[in-house]
Amino acid sequence: MYRFNYHKPSSIEEAVSLFNSSDDGFYLSGGQTLIPTLKLGLASPVDIIDLSNIEALHGISVDSGLVSIGAFTRHAEVAEHPEIRRVLPVLSHLAGRIGDGQVRNLGTMGGSVANSDPAADYPAAVIGLGATIHTGKRTISGDDYFKDLFETALEPGEIITRIDYPIPDRAAYRKFPNPASRYAVVGVLVADFAGAIRVGVTGAGPCAFRATGIEAVLNQNLDPDALKVVDLPDAGFNSDLHASAEYRAHLVKVMAERAVTDILAL
Amino acid sequence: MKVSLTVNGDRHELDVPENTLLVEIIRERLGLTGTHIGCDTSQCGACTVHMNGRTVKSCSLLAGQIDGAEITTIEGIGTPEDLHPMQAAFRECHALQCGFCTPGMIMRAIELVEQTPELDNKAVREGLEGNICRCTGYHNIVEAVLHAARVPQSARAE
Ligand code: FES
Ligand code: FES
Repeated sequence: MYRFNYHKPSSIEEAVSLFNSSDDGFYLSGGQTLIPTLKLGLASPVDIIDLSNIEALHGISVDSGLVSIGAFTRHAEVAEHPEIRRVLPVLSHLAGRIGDGQVRNLGTMGGSVANSDPAADYPAAVIGLGATIHTGKRTISGDDYFKDLFETALEPGEIITRIDYPIPDRAAYRKFPNPASRYAVVGVLVADFAGAIRVGVTGAGPCAFRATGIEAVLNQNLDPDALKVVDLPDAGFNSDLHASAEYRAHLVKVMAERAVTDILAL
Repeated sequence: MKVSLTVNGDRHELDVPENTLLVEIIRERLGLTGTHIGCDTSQCGACTVHMNGRTVKSCSLLAGQIDGAEITTIEGIGTPEDLHPMQAAFRECHALQCGFCTPGMIMRAIELVEQTPELDNKAVREGLEGNICRCTGYHNIVEAVLHAARVPQSARAE
């Protein structure tokens, strides 16, 4: 691999100032996307700034109505955390299906959301649960966060510190994983907040989004069969060797139907 | 850069370039070649080791990330005379052909058995999603893990 400088700051201020003083700096969280990317030569930042030592990015708290998770929390921790499993099982379920076991032991929530891979799982939760993203300097509504392919509302050098997830009455996540990579070809999270339905979709488009058309139907009738009549346009959906845009649009409906079936069985 | 780490109980203070991967430290600096490199793109799991008790792909960790960590490799779990129960189960069930994936499979399987109270065929297959066997001998690998899971905890070497 090419040579780079490696830094391990112990505060957000220090991390940001390292970033600002570098010509080409990049934050490292769990590294499960970044390190393979570096090895393949797809990115070659001069300064790698490892965020693992920053206390403010760690910790999980569960309050009435809200689960607040530090950005550096690994997927396996969310999958196994007894309190999250109790109050927000949909998130443990989602985290427990990211990649594979070894990847979940290292990969972090903040890394996943900051990277905004179109096929990542966490974005479906950020959207579907209406999460709030906290950075060192401001809060960003989940609805305003994902902008485009690998593009988010984060400014250069801005660091996600934690994400707050409101706790719905009930919710379910279904994904159609790529059989080799386990990335979501399509993933749909459906959440019921006292009768108001939110639907977060990942994998289908350039970035995660709310499926408002599906929400409107489910708000009328929370029934998987109600979705059969929904016409979901595939304009702008991803088309690649794994799935065509048309197939992804179909999968969005099927995953939503299955998630609603799961919700009704809770 | 300077890193210190414990590998199979032995403490090491090393000076390595920043771009060194954990698997390079294990294989090239410490000469522990039981940990394999199958793909180098973090897909195959042949490089799986334990870091602070959890499995990680050692090809996807930088030296700086493992500073202070406790690492266990396949060499650290048993000896030819005194196999770890998971190694014994792999032998018993003919769970290896060429053996290339085996160290990674065994390290992952040990974590799986430790973490999952009720392991069944499906749970083992899902748990081994990050490990690829190019000889495709999955059937016997799953058998071996289930076999080892039935060995009582007390009989398991640490
Ligand atoms: S060599 Fe590390 S996953 Fe294949
Ligand atoms: S036994 Fe040959 S790769 Fe698995």
